[in-house]
Amino acid sequence: MNFWNDPLKVAADWLTGIFTSWGMNAVFAHVLVAFLGVLILITILMVIDVFLVWIERKVVARFQDRLGPNRVGPFGLIQPFADIIKLLIKEDTTPDGADKVVYNIAPLLSMMSVLILWAVVPLAPVMIGVDLNAGVLFIIAAGAIGTLSIIMAGWSSNNKFSVIGAFRQVAVMVSFEIPMLAMLLIPTIFSGSMGMNAIIQSQNIWFVFLSPLAALIFLIAAIAELGRAPFDLAEGESELVSGYNIEYSGMKFGMFYAGELLHAFTYGGFWAILFFGGYRFFGLEKVSPFLAIAIIVIKALVGYWVIMWVKYTMMRIRIDQMLAFNWKFLTPVAFVLVMVTALMNALLSGADSWLYVTGMILSNVIVAWVSLEIVRSVSKKEREKVEGLKPVVEAHH
Amino acid sequence: MTGEQIFFLLVGLVTLGAALMVVTSRDLVHAALWLVATLFGVAVIYTLLNAGFIAVVQVVVYIGAIAILFIFAVMLTRRTLRDTGASVNKNWWAGAVVAVATFAGLTFLLQSWSGFSKTAAVIPSGFDAISQLGDALTSPAGYVLPFEVASVLLLAALVGAVYLAFNKK
Amino acid sequence: MIPLSWYLILAAALFSIGLFGVLARRNAVAILLGVELMLNAVNINLVAFWRYGDVTQMAGQVFAIIVFAVAAAEVAVGLALVISVYRRRNTVVAEELDLLKW
Repeated sequence: MNFWNDPLKVAADWLTGIFTSWGMNAVFAHVLVAFLGVLILITILMVIDVFLVWIERKVVARFQDRLGPNRVGPFGLIQPFADIIKLLIKEDTTPDGADKVVYNIAPLLSMMSVLILWAVVPLAPVMIGVDLNAGVLFIIAAGAIGTLSIIMAGWSSNNKFSVIGAFRQVAVMVSFEIPMLAMLLIPTIFSGSMGMNAIIQSQNIWFVFLSPLAALIFLIAAIAELGRAPFDLAEGESELVSGYNIEYSGMKFGMFYAGELLHAFTYGGFWAILFFGGYRFFGLEKVSPFLAIAIIVIKALVGYWVIMWVKYTMMRIRIDQMLAFNWKFLTPVAFVLVMVTALMNALLSGADSWLYVTGMILSNVIVAWVSLEIVRSVSKKEREKVEGLKPVVEAHH
Repeated sequence: MTGEQIFFLLVGLVTLGAALMVVTSRDLVHAALWLVATLFGVAVIYTLLNAGFIAVVQVVVYIGAIAILFIFAVMLTRRTLRDTGASVNKNWWAGAVVAVATFAGLTFLLQSWSGFSKTAAVIPSGFDAISQLGDALTSPAGYVLPFEVASVLLLAALVGAVYLAFNKK
Repeated sequence: MIPLSWYLILAAALFSIGLFGVLARRNAVAILLGVELMLNAVNINLVAFWRYGDVTQMAGQVFAIIVFAVAAAEVAVGLALVISVYRRRNTVVAEELDLLKW
């Protein structure tokens, strides 16, 4: 066990040794070292967050056929720091009649709900915050705290648009948690455990090949959870004047914004862990944990890029369309997929791996095709109902 | 006083303090938020009891669904943006007496039980509570019938709640 | 290390606080908040008895999960009732809801 194989344990032992040689109680030293580890992880995450702002602005610029920030520093790399300085020196207003304590805690809770997610992310086979055996359920739990922070932000701003935006956003988040939870069960079925490390270790074939529909539905539900386009009705600037963060200015708004970007990056990471093999890449992760960290960060960035790609390509959806999409299409398909996957897993559990993979992919394709056929026939009926109506006034003569 | 005991005392004090704020807070939205703090404290108690799955389910179900439902209901059932009137009714002292008597009675009854001060047994290594729980909930020799009945109960509650709260325009 | 009595006393205290909330509060939603506290106290008891008894018998945890389901169902229906009463009577103060439909 040297530094290259197990850096965290070596560092923790060395620090604990130093603290006990200063005369500290062993338990106390252990707690202090754990606290320092958490502090270092959060610092690294916030630094990554700053560069995510840069990545976001450059990528959106390229999608929109322009260059993006390129004045401040080489390739605009210092731009996020300039943004942070601007946010810090802005006036910190509190609206009249707002609930001060709740108003000030809401952005902190929002950032907290993102940071605690990283306690269960396995960065390397030996580097994970807490190897919870209910790791995937922890993702939903942290999402619940995020939901709470949005309601607190919307309500305490003492502003009707803010309340409506917060209600809509929370309705969307709570609704889309259901297909996401169902899709989190699919890697659990395949790997037989809910722990993150166990899911990665059992991905000899990436789960995206075993169940592509599950990866797709998880991505859609994750984008809705994040509150990003096309599901960002609550916080788009042209709708509801920015929803729940109307009354927030300065660094409090910065916390919401940076928290949202970090949340998107984290969900890109979870998409990679659950469906794309996490830190595994043809055995490279066994060489050194640092290589494993690099692999998972690259996969998370690819997932984040896909989320950004969806955001900057698709139009915003109306709130009733969003909720109808979830309850009438996504949730039934998700549940049917879980049942079919469990059934196929039980039927094919002893089979050869090629048969298993083909059987799973076929079952996914059949579920997707059947659901699309049902949607097609329903929309055909709706269209026939509308076509029979004549327009009241003709648009062109 | 071991570290675990100090931690339990802290968490217990926070939970009970938040619970007191729930029942005495004048502003109902604050009461609902204090409820969230109490539920969080209870989730930490579950982790102290080595019931990690129950702790995470507590956060998902109680904080993520029930507390949000309470906050929505509080916001939808008020005439003005702030609460008016007294927060407790005129017999609140009788309620306080009953509560204290209940607590005293429960403690007195329990401390005469022989197993009151027993300490926890060590959990055997390799014991996976989640898989055992899954087995218990789905095996016919276990508790599959209450599990299925609970699902039917939730379905009935879902249909009932939608019907009751539906606004027929 | 932590004797069972501590958990039982904590649960009893939480139950009593919830009971005070149910008996003394005027607002119907606040009464339901007290009921939630009582259900949480019961759950703490159940899980504590699971832990301090035979850990291989999962009855304690199963019962706790059923209590979760029952609490969720009860809150949903209770709050739907409160909302529909509010729509009709424009009040949720429990003292003022003292007439049946006439």
